[in-house]
Amino acid sequence: MAVEDLAGLPAVPETSFLLGRLTWQAIPHEPIVVVTAIVVALGGIGLLALLTKFRLWGYLWHEWFTTVDHKKIGIMYMILGTVMLVRGFADAIMMRLQQVMAFGGNDGYLNSHHYDQIFTAHGVIMIFFVAMPFVTGLMNYVVPLQIGARDVSFPFLNNFSFWMTVGGAVIIMASLFVGEFAQTGWLAFPPLSGIGYSPYVGVDYYIWGLQVAGVGTTLSGINLLVTIVKMRAPGMTMMRMPIFTWTSLCTNVLIVASFPVLTMTLILLTLDRYVGTNFFTNDLGGNPMMYINLIWIWGHPEVYILILPLFGVFSEVTATFCGKRLFGYTSMVYATVCITILSYVVWLHHFFTMGSGASVNSFFGITTMVISVPTGAKIFNWLFTMYRGRIRFELPMMWTVAFMLTFVIGGMTGVLLAVPPADFVLHNSLFLVAHFHNVIIGGVLFGMFAAINYWYPKAFGYTLNRFWGLVSFWFWVVGFWVAFAPLYVLGLMGVTRRMRVFDDPSLQIWFGIAAFGAVLVAIGIAAFFVQIGVSIWHRKAYRDVTGDPWDGRTLEWATSSPPPAYNFAFTPVTHGIDTWWEMKAHGQTRPAAPYLPIHMPSGTGTGVVLAGLATVCGMAMVWYIWWLAVLSFAGLIGAAIYHTFNYNRDFHIPADAVARVETARNRALDAAGV
Amino acid sequence: MRRVLSRLFWIVPVLMLGACKLEVLAPSGYVAAQQRDLLVISTLLMLIIILPVMALTIYFALRYRASNERASYSPDWDHSTKLELVIWALPLMIIIALGALTWVGTHLLDPYRPISRIDAETEVPEDVDPLEVQVVALDWKWLFIYPEQGVAAVNELVVPVDRPVLFSLTSSSVMNAFYIPAMAGMVYAMPGMETSLYGVFNSAGTFQGMASHYSGAGFSQMRFDATAVDEAGFEEWVAETQSGEDRLDRLSYLQLEEPSIAVPPATYAGVEPYLFDRAVNMCVEEGKICMAEMMAIDAEGGTGLAGTMNVASLTYDKYQRRGSRAPVLGWEPFQVTGFCTPEDTALMFASADEPSAAPIDLTRLRGRAVDAPAGPLSLIEGSRALTWLMPPTNERAEADTTGGMAADETL
Repeated sequence: MAVEDLAGLPAVPETSFLLGRLTWQAIPHEPIVVVTAIVVALGGIGLLALLTKFRLWGYLWHEWFTTVDHKKIGIMYMILGTVMLVRGFADAIMMRLQQVMAFGGNDGYLNSHHYDQIFTAHGVIMIFFVAMPFVTGLMNYVVPLQIGARDVSFPFLNNFSFWMTVGGAVIIMASLFVGEFAQTGWLAFPPLSGIGYSPYVGVDYYIWGLQVAGVGTTLSGINLLVTIVKMRAPGMTMMRMPIFTWTSLCTNVLIVASFPVLTMTLILLTLDRYVGTNFFTNDLGGNPMMYINLIWIWGHPEVYILILPLFGVFSEVTATFCGKRLFGYTSMVYATVCITILSYVVWLHHFFTMGSGASVNSFFGITTMVISVPTGAKIFNWLFTMYRGRIRFELPMMWTVAFMLTFVIGGMTGVLLAVPPADFVLHNSLFLVAHFHNVIIGGVLFGMFAAINYWYPKAFGYTLNRFWGLVSFWFWVVGFWVAFAPLYVLGLMGVTRRMRVFDDPSLQIWFGIAAFGAVLVAIGIAAFFVQIGVSIWHRKAYRDVTGDPWDGRTLEWATSSPPPAYNFAFTPVTHGIDTWWEMKAHGQTRPAAPYLPIHMPSGTGTGVVLAGLATVCGMAMVWYIWWLAVLSFAGLIGAAIYHTFNYNRDFHIPADAVARVETARNRALDAAGV
Repeated sequence: MRRVLSRLFWIVPVLMLGACKLEVLAPSGYVAAQQRDLLVISTLLMLIIILPVMALTIYFALRYRASNERASYSPDWDHSTKLELVIWALPLMIIIALGALTWVGTHLLDPYRPISRIDAETEVPEDVDPLEVQVVALDWKWLFIYPEQGVAAVNELVVPVDRPVLFSLTSSSVMNAFYIPAMAGMVYAMPGMETSLYGVFNSAGTFQGMASHYSGAGFSQMRFDATAVDEAGFEEWVAETQSGEDRLDRLSYLQLEEPSIAVPPATYAGVEPYLFDRAVNMCVEEGKICMAEMMAIDAEGGTGLAGTMNVASLTYDKYQRRGSRAPVLGWEPFQVTGFCTPEDTALMFASADEPSAAPIDLTRLRGRAVDAPAGPLSLIEGSRALTWLMPPTNERAEADTTGGMAADETL
């Protein structure tokens, strides 16, 4: 096979002033991509037509796109994560199919140019555009409610952060239809990601997609961090914060401290690619190992950014559905803080095999194992919360038990990989792939489903259908194990990751089982959508008037479902950890008049404009359209400055409007006999 | 006893999985076997805590279900100092044991550490040196050079049984990882760098070898057979290879280095000396300065300001494989031969330190790769740069010392 033909693209493309290196050749010719593009385009046009037909544009723009309400932004994050989950999972299915086909001379149905993009895109999308939006959205929605606040500290910044994340997702998705995506693996290690080995647009899409989204993530981290530190309800000292808020706090500390490292690393790679610097090149004093160090200094805290909030979710869910105070709140908090700090001193375990000395390797191996001590303590705490509880097996609790049983296995294989000599035989293998899916699916994703089933009634005012939830649960849990247990076995057979074709026919059966597992998971995902759809359909029947369908313990259950724009008519006062539980125990009545006007932030379209300009700028940089890049960047700065002169930032909800809403709720509560 | 136990335990999954080849759990080399042992022992250590946790999770979930009215219910019970001590101490104790095991195991199985035992029973005889194999990861095939035997092979590795092998690894283009699951672990092969891996085969046979770190389009087919044969068989293979016709010199290496996919095994009867060193130093190509040389020059004070611009002979693969394309936002590489007038030159170098006042003539430095900094091509000796970058000569050192002391006294 001639190597030049692989991409079908020129290594040194012609560039023009107007369009940079964007030519007709950039439109993919591979049939699978073409069909996907057509389907997505038709779907998109259909969606736009429907929105226009039902005159929804004004509603969407005023009520959603320009909103600064943390609840709506949280919901939009969740929708973004769900949409991208479908894309990322489609990549997963394609990989499974390729690997089950490509045996004994069969080349499968994907050439390396396409397949290598798929596994890169799968990783990038699942981490940055599925897990991150889910986690950020969840924190956005729940944290202000849990701490009795009316919104986050910087409401406009919150809207801007969300749209930057969308901008990053748009850039990544655009690579599917114009040009190509990176063929480097999800962390784009140089020299492979350098201009010499990846001359075309793939890595540039990767860089600019992540940079645009990264700005959003960093700003939202700052925002939530300040919110938690500054905006807690009176009486809510640090050691009275709900445990989910604690884990969110730690996560946002991690975001603020680690995402700048990613941004800087990618900037250095950008300089290497665009202006010919030598940070990570082979020659002229560059050092690719430096990139691997830097990216994992971000990358390891990143996995704790993903999992910590879900640890918080499991704590909330366990305490609620066991009808019992969380066992060992204090040790839970300290365990979270320990994990936060330790997550910064373990990054080298991602490259034990890169030639470090034995002492360095042992140090990082042992620090990694030490993390399992606070994590183990957390597992025990959940266990002893269940002990002598009254466990109601609603869906969130089922996801939690499934998590506990699944995650300990993932944790165990993680500690195995932290033993350097064992890592020498398992690194880069499918065992490793199975391990991180075991903790990310078993931890983050199971947690997300627990959280969605738990807080959906809060967000929309009706509970989710239980039957389809159960279908989704069982297919996901069983499907996960069927899909990934074979990968553990394959890893022990010395099969490495990112392989496109195989020689040894005896491996095929294992890939077949894994592919079957992926189909089960696909049914699980479909069932989840059916669950949402059925619940919307029957929303009247599933209506929850109380605002507290699970007999909750924390403040978010004190307000109505969905909560009014201002969250709480009166700022709640906290006297303990389980504020709402204690209020109920003391038979506290709802405070009533006199209602006061409530000071609220105004919505603004600036976030959409800024993120739009940033996205255009990123695309222009990808395609070397310099005039557009300069123009859009200048526009970005200009629009940001212009926005600072916007003094129409806030308004007051009049007291009688508050009174109307609260009275209506009182009446509804009375009617429901609560 | 420990070994017996661990052997017993790895047999269990092997039996369960029937005929499939769990090379990581049933390797053919002592290094991989020890790595396997650590794997198994760590798993068992962790299962001590994980199995009870899983059992308790299921037990509590069943026992304290809401419908079981007989189970006790204490909604306000949320603390027990004794229990908390146990739940922190238990994982900690396991981790202390595992940590000790890790520290010792990592040092004993350091890929840079020469092997002292062929297998559990036999020490390496004193008269046996490890077989040296130099490995270059090319796009997308493996080149094995046997410096002692003067032969080379592509995508085919033949080594004797029960003799330690020292792999020296590098790469010509991107990062890669060299991995023979049945022999020893994997170690990265990286361009411009040399890494090492010691391994040994304890039984004859053919085993899979591969690239385990994604390296581009031909990555999946970047595999080779690692064949372990007895000493006589190895001699025979070497003799047979030596009788071949192809030779691997700098030119044919550069041709071989061109990207290609699914390359069939091939051998070379002869190899140009220092080829591997040149590959490591990125100077196989004629006209390139070896990295080691450049480091020696830099150690002496560098080539002055002109040297920061004349980088063509140091550029390896910066913009395109072996190309010299300009950066996207930049200029074509160029060579500075002189400044307009002697006055300009004087002005340009006025602020520079004395040793770099005159650019060093590089012509005589272009040659074979050397070990930095000492070696036949090193310029350190008798150079003026000595006073700046090397320990000062005795006279100056004494002068400095006394001067320093005088200054101290005045203070």
